[in-house]
Amino acid sequence: MQKKIVATATTYILISLLGLLMIYPLLWLVSGSFKSNAEIFNSFQLIPSRINFDAYIRGWVGLGQQTYSNFFINTIKMVVPSVFFCLLSSFLTAYGFSRFRFPFKKPLFALMIATLMLPKTVIIIPRYMIFKNLGWLDTFLPFYAPELLATQSFFIFMLVQFMRGLPRELDESAEIDGCNSFQILYRILLPLAKPALFSAAIFDFIWAWNDFFNPLIYISSVAKYPLALGLRIDLDVGAAVSWDKVMAMSVVTMLPPILIFFFAQKYFVEGIATTGLKG
Amino acid sequence: MSLANAGKSKVKKAHQYIGLAYIAPWLIGFLTLQLYPFLISFWYSLTDLNLFREPRFIGLDNFIQMFTANADFWQSFRVTFIYVLAAVPAKIAFALIVAMIMNQKLRGINFFRTVYYLPSILGGSVALAILWKLLFMSEGVVNHYLSFLGIPGHNWLGDPGMALTTISLLQVWQFGSSMVLFLAGLKQIPAELYEAGRVDGASRLRMFFHITIPQLTPIILFNLIMQMVNAFQEFTAAFVITNGGPLKSTYLYGYMIYQYGFDYLKMGYASALSWVLFIVIMIFTVVIFKSSSMWVHYEDAGDF
Repeated sequence: MQKKIVATATTYILISLLGLLMIYPLLWLVSGSFKSNAEIFNSFQLIPSRINFDAYIRGWVGLGQQTYSNFFINTIKMVVPSVFFCLLSSFLTAYGFSRFRFPFKKPLFALMIATLMLPKTVIIIPRYMIFKNLGWLDTFLPFYAPELLATQSFFIFMLVQFMRGLPRELDESAEIDGCNSFQILYRILLPLAKPALFSAAIFDFIWAWNDFFNPLIYISSVAKYPLALGLRIDLDVGAAVSWDKVMAMSVVTMLPPILIFFFAQKYFVEGIATTGLKG
Repeated sequence: MSLANAGKSKVKKAHQYIGLAYIAPWLIGFLTLQLYPFLISFWYSLTDLNLFREPRFIGLDNFIQMFTANADFWQSFRVTFIYVLAAVPAKIAFALIVAMIMNQKLRGINFFRTVYYLPSILGGSVALAILWKLLFMSEGVVNHYLSFLGIPGHNWLGDPGMALTTISLLQVWQFGSSMVLFLAGLKQIPAELYEAGRVDGASRLRMFFHITIPQLTPIILFNLIMQMVNAFQEFTAAFVITNGGPLKSTYLYGYMIYQYGFDYLKMGYASALSWVLFIVIMIFTVVIFKSSSMWVHYEDAGDF
Protein backbone atom coordinates (compact mmCIF):
# COMPACT_ATOMS: atom_id res chain seq x y z
CA MET A 1 0.00 0.00 0.00
CA GLN A 2 2.75 2.38 1.05
CA LYS A 3 4.61 1.51 -2.10
CA LYS A 4 1.57 2.34 -4.18
CA ILE A 5 1.17 5.75 -2.57
CA VAL A 6 4.80 6.55 -3.25
CA ALA A 7 4.41 5.45 -6.85
CA THR A 8 1.29 7.57 -7.33
CA ALA A 9 2.95 10.58 -5.74
CA THR A 10 5.98 10.16 -7.97
CA THR A 11 3.77 10.01 -11.02
CA TYR A 12 1.95 13.17 -10.00
CA ILE A 13 5.19 15.03 -9.40
CA LEU A 14 6.54 13.84 -12.72
CA ILE A 15 3.50 14.78 -14.79
CA SER A 16 3.16 18.10 -12.98
CA LEU A 17 6.76 19.05 -13.70
CA LEU A 18 6.39 18.03 -17.30
CA GLY A 19 3.09 19.86 -17.50
CA LEU A 20 4.75 22.98 -16.19
CA LEU A 21 7.46 22.65 -18.79
CA MET A 22 4.83 22.29 -21.50
CA ILE A 23 2.72 25.22 -20.48
CA TYR A 24 5.39 27.58 -19.18
CA PRO A 25 6.28 29.15 -22.55
CA LEU A 26 2.63 30.03 -23.15
CA LEU A 27 2.18 31.44 -19.66
CA TRP A 28 5.32 33.45 -20.10
CA LEU A 29 4.02 34.85 -23.35
CA VAL A 30 0.78 35.96 -21.73
CA SER A 31 2.65 37.42 -18.79
CA GLY A 32 5.10 39.24 -21.04
CA SER A 33 2.28 40.81 -22.98
CA PHE A 34 1.35 42.77 -19.84
CA LYS A 35 4.89 43.88 -19.10
CA SER A 36 6.83 46.78 -20.48
CA ASN A 37 9.51 46.13 -23.05
CA ALA A 38 12.21 46.59 -20.43
CA GLU A 39 10.55 44.35 -17.89
CA ILE A 40 10.22 41.45 -20.32
CA PHE A 41 13.94 40.74 -20.34
CA ASN A 42 14.84 41.98 -16.89
CA SER A 43 12.25 40.39 -14.71
CA PHE A 44 11.41 36.78 -15.20
CA GLN A 45 8.55 36.60 -12.78
CA LEU A 46 5.37 35.28 -14.28
CA ILE A 47 3.29 37.87 -12.47
CA PRO A 48 4.00 41.26 -14.06
CA SER A 49 4.79 44.10 -11.69
CA ARG A 50 1.56 45.73 -12.79
CA ILE A 51 -1.09 44.70 -15.25
CA ASN A 52 -0.62 46.93 -18.20
CA PHE A 53 -2.77 46.79 -21.29
CA ASP A 54 -0.59 49.31 -23.01
CA ALA A 55 1.04 46.77 -25.35
CA TYR A 56 -2.39 45.58 -26.48
CA ILE A 57 -3.53 49.10 -27.21
CA ARG A 58 -0.37 50.05 -29.10
CA GLY A 59 -0.15 46.67 -30.79
CA TRP A 60 -3.73 46.72 -32.01
CA VAL A 61 -2.94 49.77 -34.14
CA GLY A 62 -0.93 47.44 -36.38
CA LEU A 63 0.34 49.27 -39.40
CA GLY A 64 -1.67 52.41 -38.79
CA GLN A 65 -4.05 52.08 -41.72
CA GLN A 66 -4.49 48.37 -41.12
CA THR A 67 -5.36 47.67 -37.53
CA TYR A 68 -5.72 44.28 -35.94
CA SER A 69 -9.47 44.72 -36.33
CA ASN A 70 -8.88 44.50 -40.07
CA PHE A 71 -6.55 41.52 -39.70
CA PHE A 72 -9.16 39.78 -37.57
CA ILE A 73 -11.97 40.49 -40.02
CA ASN A 74 -9.79 39.26 -42.88
CA THR A 75 -8.92 36.08 -41.04
CA ILE A 76 -12.58 35.40 -40.34
CA LYS A 77 -13.50 36.11 -43.96
CA MET A 78 -10.82 33.68 -45.02
CA VAL A 79 -11.45 30.94 -42.48
CA VAL A 80 -15.19 30.75 -41.87
CA PRO A 81 -16.35 30.16 -45.46
CA SER A 82 -13.45 27.74 -45.92
CA VAL A 83 -14.60 25.63 -43.00
CA PHE A 84 -18.19 25.67 -44.20
CA PHE A 85 -17.19 24.66 -47.73
CA CYS A 86 -14.94 21.95 -46.41
CA LEU A 87 -17.72 20.41 -44.33
CA LEU A 88 -20.20 20.61 -47.16
CA SER A 89 -18.03 19.01 -49.82
CA SER A 90 -16.43 16.45 -47.53
CA PHE A 91 -19.79 15.37 -46.19
CA LEU A 92 -21.29 14.91 -49.65
CA THR A 93 -18.24 12.97 -50.79
CA ALA A 94 -18.20 10.83 -47.69
CA TYR A 95 -21.88 10.05 -48.25
CA GLY A 96 -21.13 9.01 -51.82
CA PHE A 97 -18.30 6.73 -50.77
CA SER A 98 -19.96 5.19 -47.75
CA ARG A 99 -23.50 4.61 -49.05
CA PHE A 100 -23.43 4.00 -52.82
CA ARG A 101 -21.99 1.64 -55.33
CA PHE A 102 -20.64 3.05 -58.53
CA PRO A 103 -18.07 2.12 -61.16
CA PHE A 104 -14.42 2.39 -60.06
CA LYS A 105 -15.44 3.08 -56.49
CA LYS A 106 -12.58 1.09 -54.98
CA PRO A 107 -9.74 2.61 -56.99
CA LEU A 108 -11.22 6.07 -56.53
CA PHE A 109 -11.37 5.57 -52.80
CA ALA A 110 -7.80 4.34 -52.82
CA LEU A 111 -6.75 7.45 -54.74
CA MET A 112 -8.54 9.61 -52.22
CA ILE A 113 -6.65 7.94 -49.39
CA ALA A 114 -3.39 8.20 -51.34
CA THR A 115 -3.74 11.98 -51.55
CA LEU A 116 -3.43 12.03 -47.76
CA MET A 117 0.23 11.29 -48.31
CA LEU A 118 0.82 13.58 -51.25
CA PRO A 119 3.35 16.17 -50.09
CA LYS A 120 1.75 19.59 -50.45
CA THR A 121 5.06 21.04 -51.52
CA VAL A 122 4.82 19.31 -54.90
CA ILE A 123 1.57 20.95 -55.91
CA ILE A 124 2.16 24.45 -54.54
CA ILE A 125 3.70 25.97 -57.65
CA PRO A 126 1.15 24.58 -60.14
CA ARG A 127 -1.68 25.66 -57.85
CA TYR A 128 -0.16 29.10 -57.67
CA MET A 129 0.00 29.22 -61.46
CA ILE A 130 -3.61 28.04 -61.77
CA PHE A 131 -4.88 30.69 -59.39
CA LYS A 132 -2.71 33.31 -61.02
CA ASN A 133 -4.11 32.45 -64.46
CA LEU A 134 -7.63 32.63 -63.08
CA GLY A 135 -6.85 36.09 -61.72
CA TRP A 136 -7.49 34.92 -58.16
CA LEU A 137 -4.27 36.12 -56.59
CA ASP A 138 -4.77 38.51 -53.70
CA THR A 139 -8.31 37.22 -53.12
CA PHE A 140 -9.60 34.55 -50.78
CA LEU A 141 -10.70 32.31 -53.64
CA PRO A 142 -7.49 30.21 -53.48
CA PHE A 143 -8.59 29.34 -49.95
CA TYR A 144 -12.24 28.64 -50.74
CA ALA A 145 -11.90 26.64 -53.95
CA PRO A 146 -9.79 23.75 -52.60
CA GLU A 147 -12.17 23.39 -49.66
CA LEU A 148 -15.27 23.52 -51.84
CA LEU A 149 -13.72 20.80 -53.98
CA ALA A 150 -13.02 18.50 -51.02
CA THR A 151 -9.27 18.40 -51.38
CA GLN A 152 -8.83 17.82 -47.66
CA SER A 153 -9.12 14.08 -47.97
CA PHE A 154 -8.41 13.69 -44.31
CA PHE A 155 -11.91 14.90 -43.45
CA ILE A 156 -13.53 12.73 -46.09
CA PHE A 157 -11.76 9.74 -44.63
CA MET A 158 -12.82 10.72 -41.13
CA LEU A 159 -16.47 11.15 -42.14
CA VAL A 160 -16.51 7.92 -44.14
CA GLN A 161 -15.25 6.08 -41.07
CA PHE A 162 -17.97 7.68 -39.03
CA MET A 163 -20.79 6.99 -41.50
CA ARG A 164 -19.80 3.37 -41.84
CA GLY A 165 -20.69 3.10 -38.19
CA LEU A 166 -24.24 4.39 -38.75
CA PRO A 167 -26.67 1.54 -39.42
CA ARG A 168 -27.83 1.27 -43.01
CA GLU A 169 -31.25 0.18 -41.83
CA LEU A 170 -31.94 3.82 -41.07
CA ASP A 171 -31.43 4.74 -44.72
CA GLU A 172 -33.46 1.79 -45.88
CA SER A 173 -36.44 2.56 -43.70
CA ALA A 174 -36.32 6.19 -44.76
CA GLU A 175 -36.22 5.04 -48.35
CA ILE A 176 -39.29 2.91 -47.80
CA ASP A 177 -40.96 5.97 -46.33
CA GLY A 178 -40.31 7.68 -49.64
CA CYS A 179 -37.21 9.72 -48.94
CA ASN A 180 -34.86 10.29 -51.84
CA SER A 181 -31.14 10.02 -51.32
CA PHE A 182 -30.69 13.68 -50.57
CA GLN A 183 -33.49 13.67 -48.02
CA ILE A 184 -31.86 10.69 -46.34
CA LEU A 185 -28.63 12.61 -46.18
CA TYR A 186 -30.22 15.76 -44.92
CA ARG A 187 -32.85 14.43 -42.54
CA ILE A 188 -31.35 11.18 -41.26
CA LEU A 189 -27.58 11.23 -41.55
CA LEU A 190 -26.82 14.90 -41.03
CA PRO A 191 -28.28 15.07 -37.51
CA LEU A 192 -26.53 11.83 -36.57
CA ALA A 193 -23.21 12.98 -38.01
CA LYS A 194 -23.15 16.22 -36.05
CA PRO A 195 -20.40 15.16 -33.64
CA ALA A 196 -18.13 14.07 -36.49
CA LEU A 197 -18.86 17.22 -38.47
CA PHE A 198 -18.22 19.31 -35.41
CA SER A 199 -14.88 17.72 -34.82
CA ALA A 200 -13.93 18.17 -38.49
CA ALA A 201 -14.99 21.81 -38.30
CA ILE A 202 -12.82 22.45 -35.26
CA PHE A 203 -9.76 20.94 -36.86
CA ASP A 204 -10.24 22.70 -40.14
CA PHE A 205 -10.87 26.00 -38.37
CA ILE A 206 -7.70 25.76 -36.32
CA TRP A 207 -5.54 24.67 -39.24
CA ALA A 208 -6.86 27.44 -41.44
CA TRP A 209 -6.47 29.97 -38.63
CA ASN A 210 -2.85 28.99 -38.03
CA ASP A 211 -1.98 28.67 -41.69
CA PHE A 212 0.86 30.93 -42.68
CA PHE A 213 2.22 29.57 -45.92
CA ASN A 214 -0.86 29.98 -48.12
CA PRO A 215 -1.65 33.57 -47.10
CA LEU A 216 2.02 34.35 -47.61
CA ILE A 217 1.96 33.28 -51.23
CA TYR A 218 -1.58 34.26 -52.23
CA ILE A 219 -2.24 37.52 -50.37
CA SER A 220 -0.16 40.53 -51.29
CA SER A 221 -2.09 43.65 -50.32
CA VAL A 222 -1.89 44.64 -46.71
CA ALA A 223 -5.59 45.51 -46.67
CA LYS A 224 -6.32 41.80 -47.09
CA TYR A 225 -3.74 40.51 -44.64
CA PRO A 226 -4.94 37.90 -42.19
CA LEU A 227 -3.51 37.80 -38.65
CA ALA A 228 -0.60 35.54 -39.53
CA LEU A 229 0.78 38.04 -42.03
CA GLY A 230 0.05 41.06 -39.84
CA LEU A 231 1.93 39.47 -37.01
CA ARG A 232 4.94 38.77 -39.15
CA ILE A 233 5.06 42.37 -40.31
CA ASP A 234 5.29 43.41 -36.66
CA LEU A 235 8.31 41.19 -36.33
CA ASP A 236 9.85 42.49 -39.48
CA VAL A 237 10.10 46.18 -38.75
CA GLY A 238 13.84 46.11 -38.14
CA ALA A 239 16.19 45.87 -35.22
CA ALA A 240 14.12 47.69 -32.64
CA VAL A 241 11.25 45.26 -32.28
CA SER A 242 8.78 46.23 -29.57
CA TRP A 243 8.55 42.81 -28.07
CA ASP A 244 5.74 43.77 -25.74
CA LYS A 245 3.56 44.65 -28.72
CA VAL A 246 4.52 41.51 -30.59
CA MET A 247 3.79 39.38 -27.55
CA ALA A 248 0.43 41.01 -26.98
CA MET A 249 -0.62 40.47 -30.58
CA SER A 250 0.68 36.90 -30.53
CA VAL A 251 -1.60 36.25 -27.57
CA VAL A 252 -4.49 37.79 -29.45
CA THR A 253 -3.99 35.59 -32.50
CA MET A 254 -3.63 32.46 -30.38
CA LEU A 255 -6.76 33.12 -28.39
CA PRO A 256 -9.47 31.85 -30.76
CA PRO A 257 -7.88 28.41 -31.35
CA ILE A 258 -7.17 28.01 -27.65
CA LEU A 259 -10.70 29.01 -26.62
CA ILE A 260 -12.15 26.60 -29.14
CA PHE A 261 -9.90 23.89 -27.87
CA PHE A 262 -11.09 24.38 -24.32
CA PHE A 263 -14.76 24.50 -25.22
CA ALA A 264 -14.63 21.58 -27.59
CA GLN A 265 -12.04 19.30 -26.05
CA LYS A 266 -14.23 16.25 -26.12
CA TYR A 267 -14.54 16.41 -29.89
CA PHE A 268 -10.89 17.09 -30.24
CA VAL A 269 -9.71 14.00 -28.47
CA GLU A 270 -12.32 11.90 -30.26
CA GLY A 271 -11.27 13.29 -33.60
CA ILE A 272 -7.65 12.44 -33.03
CA ALA A 273 -8.11 9.14 -31.33
CA THR A 274 -10.44 7.73 -33.96
CA THR A 275 -8.50 8.76 -37.00
CA GLY A 276 -5.04 9.83 -36.07
CA LEU A 277 -3.73 13.21 -36.96
CA LYS A 278 -0.87 15.46 -37.63
CA GLY A 279 0.06 18.23 -35.31
CA MET B 1 -37.23 -13.39 -52.67
CA SER B 2 -36.89 -12.77 -56.35
CA LEU B 3 -39.03 -9.69 -55.99
CA ALA B 4 -36.72 -8.30 -53.32
CA ASN B 5 -33.73 -9.02 -55.52
CA ALA B 6 -35.29 -7.32 -58.47
CA GLY B 7 -36.01 -4.30 -56.31
CA LYS B 8 -32.48 -4.23 -55.02
CA SER B 9 -30.80 -4.40 -58.40
CA LYS B 10 -32.99 -1.55 -59.59
CA VAL B 11 -31.91 0.49 -56.59
CA LYS B 12 -28.30 -0.36 -57.27
CA LYS B 13 -28.49 0.76 -60.85
CA ALA B 14 -30.03 4.08 -59.91
CA HIS B 15 -27.39 4.42 -57.23
CA GLN B 16 -24.56 4.10 -59.72
CA TYR B 17 -24.95 7.59 -60.96
CA ILE B 18 -26.25 9.11 -57.76
CA GLY B 19 -23.13 7.97 -55.94
CA LEU B 20 -20.94 9.53 -58.58
CA ALA B 21 -22.89 12.76 -58.27
CA TYR B 22 -22.22 12.90 -54.54
CA ILE B 23 -18.49 12.40 -54.93
CA ALA B 24 -18.38 14.90 -57.81
CA PRO B 25 -16.95 17.77 -55.71
CA TRP B 26 -14.06 15.59 -54.66
CA LEU B 27 -13.58 14.15 -58.12
CA ILE B 28 -13.33 17.61 -59.69
CA GLY B 29 -11.04 18.80 -56.92
CA PHE B 30 -8.88 15.73 -57.23
CA LEU B 31 -8.47 16.13 -60.98
CA THR B 32 -7.96 19.89 -61.07
CA LEU B 33 -6.21 20.69 -57.78
CA GLN B 34 -4.32 17.50 -57.01
CA LEU B 35 -3.69 15.22 -59.98
CA TYR B 36 -3.19 17.91 -62.61
CA PRO B 37 -0.86 20.03 -60.43
CA PHE B 38 1.05 16.90 -59.53
CA LEU B 39 1.63 15.95 -63.16
CA ILE B 40 2.20 19.43 -64.48
CA SER B 41 4.74 20.14 -61.76
CA PHE B 42 6.84 17.38 -63.24
CA TRP B 43 6.59 19.08 -66.62
CA TYR B 44 7.48 22.42 -64.98
CA SER B 45 10.56 20.83 -63.47
CA LEU B 46 11.84 20.26 -67.01
CA THR B 47 11.33 23.91 -67.98
CA ASP B 48 12.72 27.30 -67.05
CA LEU B 49 9.26 28.54 -66.03
CA ASN B 50 9.23 31.91 -64.34
CA LEU B 51 6.49 34.46 -63.93
CA PHE B 52 7.44 36.65 -66.86
CA ARG B 53 7.40 34.59 -70.03
CA GLU B 54 6.39 31.32 -71.61
CA PRO B 55 8.23 28.33 -70.22
CA ARG B 56 10.93 26.74 -72.33
CA PHE B 57 11.76 23.03 -72.20
CA ILE B 58 15.27 22.57 -70.86
CA GLY B 59 15.34 18.84 -70.13
CA LEU B 60 17.17 17.82 -67.00
CA ASP B 61 19.07 21.07 -66.68
CA ASN B 62 17.36 22.05 -63.43
CA PHE B 63 18.29 18.75 -61.86
CA ILE B 64 21.84 18.80 -63.18
CA GLN B 65 22.25 22.33 -61.92
CA MET B 66 20.99 21.56 -58.42
CA PHE B 67 23.10 18.46 -58.03
CA THR B 68 26.31 19.89 -59.44
CA ALA B 69 26.27 23.64 -59.10
CA ASN B 70 24.04 24.61 -56.21
CA ALA B 71 25.65 24.63 -52.78
CA ASP B 72 22.30 25.70 -51.27
CA PHE B 73 20.75 22.47 -52.39
CA TRP B 74 23.25 20.19 -50.65
CA GLN B 75 23.26 22.33 -47.54
CA SER B 76 19.48 22.24 -47.39
CA PHE B 77 19.43 18.53 -48.08
CA ARG B 78 21.82 17.89 -45.21
CA VAL B 79 20.03 20.18 -42.76
CA THR B 80 16.61 18.74 -43.60
CA PHE B 81 17.82 15.17 -43.15
CA ILE B 82 19.26 15.95 -39.77
CA TYR B 83 16.07 17.75 -38.81
CA VAL B 84 13.79 14.88 -39.83
CA LEU B 85 16.01 12.18 -38.36
CA ALA B 86 16.33 14.00 -35.06
CA ALA B 87 12.96 15.65 -34.51
CA VAL B 88 10.63 12.88 -35.66
CA PRO B 89 12.00 9.98 -33.59
CA ALA B 90 12.45 12.27 -30.59
CA LYS B 91 8.88 13.46 -30.87
CA ILE B 92 7.49 9.95 -31.18
CA ALA B 93 9.61 8.55 -28.36
CA PHE B 94 8.60 11.40 -26.14
CA ALA B 95 4.92 10.99 -27.03
CA LEU B 96 5.13 7.29 -26.20
CA ILE B 97 6.85 7.78 -22.86
CA VAL B 98 4.38 10.43 -21.77
CA ALA B 99 1.45 8.33 -22.95
CA MET B 100 2.79 5.44 -20.83
CA ILE B 101 2.95 7.63 -17.76
CA MET B 102 -0.48 9.08 -18.44
CA ASN B 103 -2.08 5.70 -18.98
CA GLN B 104 -2.28 5.03 -15.27
CA LYS B 105 -5.60 5.49 -13.57
CA LEU B 106 -5.19 8.84 -11.91
CA ARG B 107 -7.54 11.52 -10.78
CA GLY B 108 -7.39 14.64 -12.93
CA ILE B 109 -5.51 12.97 -15.73
CA ASN B 110 -7.68 14.73 -18.31
CA PHE B 111 -6.39 18.05 -17.09
CA PHE B 112 -2.83 17.00 -17.83
CA ARG B 113 -3.80 15.62 -21.17
CA THR B 114 -5.20 19.03 -22.05
CA VAL B 115 -2.06 20.80 -20.90
CA TYR B 116 0.16 18.49 -22.92
CA TYR B 117 -1.96 18.86 -25.98
CA LEU B 118 -2.16 22.63 -25.90
CA PRO B 119 1.09 23.38 -27.76
CA SER B 120 -0.01 21.10 -30.59
CA ILE B 121 -3.14 23.17 -31.12
CA LEU B 122 -1.09 26.13 -32.20
CA GLY B 123 0.78 24.01 -34.71
CA GLY B 124 2.89 25.90 -37.18
CA SER B 125 1.39 29.27 -36.33
CA VAL B 126 3.42 32.44 -36.60
CA ALA B 127 2.64 33.31 -32.99
CA LEU B 128 4.28 30.12 -31.77
CA ALA B 129 7.32 30.70 -33.95
CA ILE B 130 7.65 34.18 -32.48
CA LEU B 131 7.35 32.75 -28.99
CA TRP B 132 10.15 30.31 -29.72
CA LYS B 133 12.33 33.09 -30.96
CA LEU B 134 11.71 35.04 -27.79
CA LEU B 135 12.41 32.10 -25.52
CA PHE B 136 15.74 31.27 -27.07
CA MET B 137 17.13 34.74 -27.67
CA SER B 138 20.40 35.49 -25.91
CA GLU B 139 18.56 37.54 -23.32
CA GLY B 140 15.58 35.18 -23.33
CA VAL B 141 14.00 33.06 -20.64
CA VAL B 142 15.88 29.87 -21.38
CA ASN B 143 19.25 31.44 -20.73
CA HIS B 144 17.87 33.09 -17.63
CA TYR B 145 16.86 29.77 -16.12
CA LEU B 146 20.08 28.09 -17.20
CA SER B 147 22.05 30.75 -15.38
CA PHE B 148 20.06 29.84 -12.27
CA LEU B 149 21.46 26.36 -12.60
CA GLY B 150 24.92 27.75 -13.15
CA ILE B 151 24.96 26.85 -16.83
CA PRO B 152 26.31 29.63 -19.03
CA GLY B 153 23.84 31.08 -21.51
CA HIS B 154 24.04 30.48 -25.19
CA ASN B 155 23.05 32.30 -28.32
CA TRP B 156 20.80 29.41 -29.34
CA LEU B 157 19.47 30.86 -32.54
CA GLY B 158 22.60 32.77 -33.52
CA ASP B 159 24.92 29.79 -33.33
CA PRO B 160 24.99 27.68 -36.50
CA GLY B 161 25.74 24.65 -34.35
CA MET B 162 22.64 25.06 -32.17
CA ALA B 163 19.94 26.75 -34.24
CA LEU B 164 18.66 23.56 -35.85
CA THR B 165 18.45 21.80 -32.50
CA THR B 166 16.49 24.73 -31.13
CA ILE B 167 14.00 24.52 -33.96
CA SER B 168 13.74 20.77 -33.57
CA LEU B 169 12.74 21.30 -29.95
CA LEU B 170 9.71 23.25 -31.13
CA GLN B 171 8.68 20.21 -33.12
CA VAL B 172 9.22 17.86 -30.19
CA TRP B 173 7.26 20.15 -27.86
CA GLN B 174 4.21 19.52 -30.02
CA PHE B 175 3.97 15.83 -29.30
CA GLY B 176 0.33 16.06 -28.20
CA SER B 177 -1.49 14.44 -31.09
CA SER B 178 0.94 11.52 -31.27
CA MET B 179 0.48 11.11 -27.53
CA VAL B 180 -3.29 10.95 -27.82
CA LEU B 181 -2.96 8.25 -30.47
CA PHE B 182 -0.64 6.23 -28.24
CA LEU B 183 -3.04 6.62 -25.34
CA ALA B 184 -5.88 5.29 -27.45
CA GLY B 185 -3.62 2.41 -28.49
CA LEU B 186 -2.57 1.60 -24.95
CA LYS B 187 -6.20 1.29 -23.90
CA GLN B 188 -6.70 -1.34 -26.61
CA ILE B 189 -4.01 -3.70 -25.32
CA PRO B 190 -5.74 -6.69 -23.69
CA ALA B 191 -5.10 -6.84 -19.95
CA GLU B 192 -4.65 -10.63 -20.17
CA LEU B 193 -1.34 -10.11 -21.93
CA TYR B 194 0.05 -8.28 -18.92
CA GLU B 195 -1.47 -10.79 -16.52
CA ALA B 196 0.19 -13.61 -18.40
CA GLY B 197 3.43 -11.70 -18.25
CA ARG B 198 3.09 -11.20 -14.52
CA VAL B 199 2.39 -14.89 -13.98
CA ASP B 200 5.54 -15.69 -15.89
CA GLY B 201 7.41 -13.32 -13.61
CA ALA B 202 8.37 -10.82 -16.28
CA SER B 203 9.73 -7.49 -15.13
CA ARG B 204 7.98 -4.28 -16.07
CA LEU B 205 10.76 -3.40 -18.48
CA ARG B 206 10.46 -6.78 -20.13
CA MET B 207 6.71 -6.39 -20.48
CA PHE B 208 7.24 -2.97 -21.99
CA PHE B 209 9.51 -4.36 -24.68
CA HIS B 210 7.68 -7.62 -25.26
CA ILE B 211 4.04 -6.60 -24.89
CA THR B 212 3.53 -2.84 -25.02
CA ILE B 213 5.87 -1.95 -27.86
CA PRO B 214 4.82 -4.80 -30.18
CA GLN B 215 1.15 -4.02 -29.58
CA LEU B 216 1.69 -0.37 -30.38
CA THR B 217 3.71 -0.90 -33.56
CA PRO B 218 0.82 -0.12 -35.93
CA ILE B 219 0.44 3.26 -34.22
CA ILE B 220 4.18 3.84 -34.24
CA LEU B 221 4.13 3.18 -37.99
CA PHE B 222 1.28 5.62 -38.55
CA ASN B 223 2.91 8.34 -36.44
CA LEU B 224 6.26 7.78 -38.09
CA ILE B 225 4.91 8.24 -41.60
CA MET B 226 2.66 11.21 -40.94
CA GLN B 227 5.23 13.06 -38.84
CA MET B 228 7.96 12.35 -41.35
CA VAL B 229 5.95 13.63 -44.31
CA ASN B 230 5.19 16.80 -42.35
CA ALA B 231 8.71 17.34 -41.03
CA PHE B 232 10.21 17.08 -44.50
CA GLN B 233 8.05 20.04 -45.51
CA GLU B 234 8.49 22.25 -42.44
CA PHE B 235 8.44 25.88 -43.43
CA THR B 236 7.18 28.36 -40.84
CA ALA B 237 9.81 27.66 -38.20
CA ALA B 238 12.71 28.14 -40.60
CA PHE B 239 11.13 31.21 -42.17
CA VAL B 240 9.94 33.09 -39.09
CA ILE B 241 12.41 32.07 -36.39
CA THR B 242 15.73 32.06 -38.19
CA ASN B 243 15.16 32.96 -41.82
CA GLY B 244 17.16 29.88 -42.70
CA GLY B 245 20.20 31.20 -40.89
CA PRO B 246 22.65 31.59 -39.36
CA LEU B 247 24.91 30.50 -42.20
CA LYS B 248 22.04 28.46 -43.67
CA SER B 249 22.16 26.13 -40.69
CA THR B 250 18.34 26.03 -40.62
CA TYR B 251 17.84 26.23 -44.36
CA LEU B 252 15.11 23.59 -44.39
CA TYR B 253 14.02 22.22 -47.72
CA GLY B 254 10.50 23.65 -47.53
CA TYR B 255 12.00 27.08 -47.07
CA MET B 256 14.38 26.60 -50.00
CA ILE B 257 11.48 25.70 -52.30
CA TYR B 258 9.63 28.81 -51.15
CA GLN B 259 12.67 30.97 -51.71
CA TYR B 260 13.41 29.72 -55.22
CA GLY B 261 9.76 29.75 -56.22
CA PHE B 262 8.46 32.93 -54.66
CA ASP B 263 11.48 35.12 -53.91
CA TYR B 264 13.63 34.34 -56.94
CA LEU B 265 10.50 33.50 -58.99
CA LYS B 266 12.21 30.52 -60.59
CA MET B 267 9.10 28.35 -60.69
CA GLY B 268 10.60 25.69 -62.93
CA TYR B 269 13.62 25.28 -60.72
CA ALA B 270 11.47 25.23 -57.59
CA SER B 271 9.32 22.52 -59.18
CA ALA B 272 12.44 20.45 -59.78
CA LEU B 273 13.40 20.95 -56.15
CA SER B 274 9.95 19.86 -55.02
CA TRP B 275 10.12 16.73 -57.16
CA VAL B 276 13.39 15.74 -55.54
CA LEU B 277 11.71 16.19 -52.16
CA PHE B 278 8.75 14.14 -53.33
CA ILE B 279 11.03 11.31 -54.41
CA VAL B 280 12.93 11.41 -51.13
CA ILE B 281 9.68 11.27 -49.17
CA MET B 282 8.50 8.40 -51.36
CA ILE B 283 11.72 6.47 -50.75
CA PHE B 284 11.41 6.98 -47.01
CA THR B 285 7.76 5.96 -47.04
CA VAL B 286 8.40 2.85 -49.09
CA VAL B 287 11.35 1.82 -46.93
CA ILE B 288 9.31 2.29 -43.76
CA PHE B 289 6.36 0.36 -45.21
CA LYS B 290 8.55 -2.44 -46.56
CA SER B 291 10.41 -2.77 -43.31
CA SER B 292 7.15 -2.69 -41.37
CA SER B 293 6.47 -6.36 -42.10
CA MET B 294 9.49 -7.07 -39.91
CA TRP B 295 8.53 -4.93 -36.96
CA VAL B 296 4.86 -4.09 -37.10
CA HIS B 297 2.71 -6.48 -35.20
CA TYR B 298 -0.66 -6.86 -36.91
CA GLU B 299 -3.34 -8.54 -34.98
CA ASP B 300 -6.18 -6.16 -34.49
CA ALA B 301 -4.71 -3.31 -36.46
CA GLY B 302 -7.04 -0.56 -37.52
CA ASP B 303 -7.60 0.74 -41.00
CA PHE B 304 -4.07 1.78 -41.57
